[in-house]
Amino acid sequence: MSTTLPDIHSHGGHDEHGEHNPYHQHHFATMEQQFDTSKLGMWLFLVTEILLFGGLFVGFGLMQHRYPQQFIEAHEHLKQNIFGRPFPLYGTINTLVLLISSWTMVMGVNAAQTDQKKKTVRYLVLTILLACVFLGIKYVEYSHKFHDGLLPGIFYAHQSEDLIKGTHGYATFFAFYFMMTGLHGIHVLVGIGLLSWLVMRARRGDFSSAYYTPVDLVGLYWHIVDMIWIYLFPLYYLIS
Amino acid sequence: MSTETHTHAEGAKHHGGPLIYTANLFALMFLTVVTVAAASFNFGSANVVIALAIASVKAILVGLFFMHLLWDKPVNAIILIAGFLFLGIFLMFDFLDVTSRNNYLPRNMPNMENATPAPDSMNPLKTPAPRPLDPAPAKAEEHK
Repeated sequence: MSTTLPDIHSHGGHDEHGEHNPYHQHHFATMEQQFDTSKLGMWLFLVTEILLFGGLFVGFGLMQHRYPQQFIEAHEHLKQNIFGRPFPLYGTINTLVLLISSWTMVMGVNAAQTDQKKKTVRYLVLTILLACVFLGIKYVEYSHKFHDGLLPGIFYAHQSEDLIKGTHGYATFFAFYFMMTGLHGIHVLVGIGLLSWLVMRARRGDFSSAYYTPVDLVGLYWHIVDMIWIYLFPLYYLIS
Repeated sequence: MSTETHTHAEGAKHHGGPLIYTANLFALMFLTVVTVAAASFNFGSANVVIALAIASVKAILVGLFFMHLLWDKPVNAIILIAGFLFLGIFLMFDFLDVTSRNNYLPRNMPNMENATPAPDSMNPLKTPAPRPLDPAPAKAEEHK
């Protein structure tokens, strides 16, 4: 995250053509090589993210295999009554919000690539707003669960088969629900922080068609957060 | 060398574009509606398969277009696919374990009657794990 401009004149290895991108670091032959290297590193990080969530997905699958009936009953608590029928309203809206935010993000990247500074800022701010909408809906969802005592693990206090018969299916379901959506929510929060940093830099005029690496990489991060939600949504809200 | 530093902008970077991204967004929203609608029907155990298949199509769309993998150098896609591959191995071996957990004896053993069955305490289906909050059995009281 070095935002300081490298001192281009003190670095050797370049001929004195004058025209030199200030973000070009001397240990890279070209800007393109520098960009590709950063991108490769970002992808390696994203794979560790997939494996981080992957472990939780596998755990969720194992526990669903162990408590199939309780998991189905517990997931009904994630639905709302819409015209007298249970429907995962919050989950569906949040999926759409996150998809649209992915679109605003990629439009922001595209604007940065094509030297449209104002558009870049606008799309990045829109992405932040949509991320806040996502977390706002998440807050409403969580407060309903807290109120009903649908809490993870040993904090579970909802009147159900779990407490009557001493089974663990419900508590396990909500343990995974809160851990996975919570970890995802933390990623959204981190994303808001990164996007705010991008907005600051974009307003300062750091990005151009010659240098937009941070916008592109934060975009990749944002899309992987979206991709994880794409799997979270059907597994938690739509199981039957 | 410095002439090359400017090819970044003109190079093979501006594939995609607003039109493709917008079309991709509508495809993703359509698939979201499809997966919610499909969940309201009962296909038995196929429901999970359908939901995960649609989710995978959505993930591939996000990867190809929003994450530029379609136009990128293939190395990035290879890294992503390798990640999913190892996740698949992880998942597969875990479920091999789960689905075969209670078969302590070979099914083709000739005289099963003489074999010693595994004790119930080793069978998670017959002996549920203790709840963390359950009060410990008051054994000390009984002796008094």
